[in-house]
Amino acid sequence: MINLPLLPIILPFLFAILLLFFKENIRVQRSLTLIGLLASLVAALFLVFKVKADGIQAVTLGSWPAPFGISMVSDMLAALLVTTTILLTLFIVIYSFSSIGEGRERFFYYPAILFMVTGVNGAFTTGDIFNLFVFFEVLLIASYVLIVLGGEKKQLRESIKYVLVNVISSALFVITVAFLYSVIGTLNMADISVKIAQVGQPGIITVIAILLLIVFGVKGAIFPLYFWLPGSYAAPPIPVLTLFGALLTKVGVYAIMRTYTLFFVHDIGFTHEILSVLSILTIIAGCIGALAYFDLKQIIIYNIVIAVGVILYGAAQMNESGLAGAIFYLIHDMLIKGALFLLIGIIIYVTGTSNLRKMGGLIQTHAPLGWFYLIAAFGLAGIPPLSGFVGKLLIVKGAFEAGNSWGAIILLASSLIVLLSVIRIFIYAFWGKPVAIPQTDRRPYRNMMMPAVVLVILSVLYGVGTEWLFPYMTDATNGLLQPSIYIDAVLKE
Amino acid sequence: MEFVMAIVIGILFMAAVYLILSRSLLKVILGTGLLSHGAHLLILTMGGLGGTSPPVLADGVTDYADPLPQALILTAIVISFGVTAVILVLAYRAYAVHKTDNMNLLKGNDEHD
Repeated sequence: MINLPLLPIILPFLFAILLLFFKENIRVQRSLTLIGLLASLVAALFLVFKVKADGIQAVTLGSWPAPFGISMVSDMLAALLVTTTILLTLFIVIYSFSSIGEGRERFFYYPAILFMVTGVNGAFTTGDIFNLFVFFEVLLIASYVLIVLGGEKKQLRESIKYVLVNVISSALFVITVAFLYSVIGTLNMADISVKIAQVGQPGIITVIAILLLIVFGVKGAIFPLYFWLPGSYAAPPIPVLTLFGALLTKVGVYAIMRTYTLFFVHDIGFTHEILSVLSILTIIAGCIGALAYFDLKQIIIYNIVIAVGVILYGAAQMNESGLAGAIFYLIHDMLIKGALFLLIGIIIYVTGTSNLRKMGGLIQTHAPLGWFYLIAAFGLAGIPPLSGFVGKLLIVKGAFEAGNSWGAIILLASSLIVLLSVIRIFIYAFWGKPVAIPQTDRRPYRNMMMPAVVLVILSVLYGVGTEWLFPYMTDATNGLLQPSIYIDAVLKE
Repeated sequence: MEFVMAIVIGILFMAAVYLILSRSLLKVILGTGLLSHGAHLLILTMGGLGGTSPPVLADGVTDYADPLPQALILTAIVISFGVTAVILVLAYRAYAVHKTDNMNLLKGNDEHD
C-alpha cells in the first residue's frame, strides 16, 4: 500500500465526480456521500496506524526523485488532521440530511462538500509549496460554492466579500512563492528547508516568512487579518458554517505551523516573536467579539478567532510542550467547534431565532439539548476531564518554559472569557422564563441531535483518553520539532 | 531586463490596489484581474529572464528558458480564470438581487438586513 497517503484525497474526489452524474436523485446523493466518507475514514485510520508503525509516509508522484516531482508527505500531524477532517465531515453530512433542505441538495451540495474535503486533505498532506497553493484553491473554490449556494440576499452580499478577500490573499500567495523560488530555487518543502538552512536565513527569507504569515493569516484569521470572518461565516446555513468553522481556518493554522517549524527556524527571535505577539492580540480581539454579541452564531464565530490565537501561541513557543499543546488543542478545537455549531444550529431551529434576547426556558422542553450544550461549553473552556484541558495546559506550560509568563496569563484569562461567553448562551437560552417557541417537528430535531451528541461524546472521550492518544501526539510533535526527520523521509537518497 | 519588469509589475500592483479600494464592484473585479496579471508576470520575472530558447527539446540547443515558472504560471492562470468567472457571475447575481453595485451599500448584519 505505497499510495496510502493519497487515498483520503482521492476517495472524496472520486465520489464527488460520481455525484455530479446524479444531480436529481437525492437518495443516491446521500448514500454515495456517506459511502465515500466512510471509505475515506477507513483509509485515513489505516494511514494513522501505518504512520505510527513505520514513520513518515512519503509518496513521490510519478516516481520522480524527491525534489523534482511532487511529494505527498503524511507525517503524524497530517494523518491525524486528515482523519479528524473526514470524521467531522461525516457528522456534518448526516446533520445536513435533515437540515439543509432539498433545494440545496439538488444543486451539488454534496459534491461541493466532497471537493472541499479533497482540498483540505490535500493541503494537509502535500509536501510541495505550489501544490499547497493549488489545494488551497481547490478548497476555496468549493467553499465559494458552499457559501453562496441558495442565493439568499445575505449570502450574495457576504460571499462577494469572502471571495474578494481570498482572491487577494491567493494572489499574495503566488507572489510569495515567486519570491521564494527566486531566492531558493526549489518548491519541494523538504528541499526548501535544506536550502534555507544552507544559506542561514538572510533578511530576504525573513521577509518571505512574514509574507507567508500574512497569506496564511488571512486564511486562518489572525489578529489584524480576521476582519472578513465574522460577517462571511454568519451568512451560510449552519452545516456549511460548521464545515467552515471547524476546517477552513485550521488549514491556515496548519500551514503556519508547518512553515514556521520546517522553513523559518533560524531567526526565531524575530519571526516567532511576531507570531506570538499577533496570536495574543488575536485572542484579545476574539474575546472582545465573543462578549460583545447577543447573537448565537457570532459568539461561537468569535470563539474560532480565540482558538486560532491559542493554537498559534502554542506553536510560536517552539518547545516540546508548546507544540504538543498546539497539536492537542488544534484537534480538540476542530471537534468541539463542530459540536458547538451543530448544537446552536439545533437551538436556532427550535427557537426560530439566533437572538439570545428572544429565548428562554428551553431546558423545560429540550433538556438533552441543554445538558449536551453545557458539556460542550465546558469542553471548550477546558475544564479538566474534558477535551480542551490538556492542550491548554501544555501550551501554558510551554509558555512558562519559554519565559513568556505574560502571554500565558492572558491565555488563562481568556479561558474565563470563553467560558463566560458560552455560558451566557446557556443562561439566556435554557434558563429563565419560557418564551413561546414556534411549533417544530420532533423528527428533524431528533435526527439533528444524533450527530451532535455523538460529536460531544467523542470530544469527551478525546479528553478522557488523553493517555491513549499521547504516543500519537508525541510522534506529531517530534515531526515538528525536528525538521530533519521530515527531510530525511522525503529526500531519501 | 528584470529591473524594468519589476517596475512594471509594481505599477500593475499599484493600479490593482487602487481599483480594489474603489466603490464600484466592477472596478474591484478589474483590480483583481490586474493583481493576477502582476502576480503571473512576477513569477516569470523571479524565475529569471535568462535563456534564449523556448523550453522545448531540440538538437544543439543548450540554453533554455526555465520551464518551471512557465508551468506555475499556466496553473495560476487557469485558476484565476475560474475564480474570475465565479466572481463575475456572483457580481451579476448580487446586482440583480441588491440593485446596487456600490460596495458601501452592500452591508448589514443579522439584526439589520
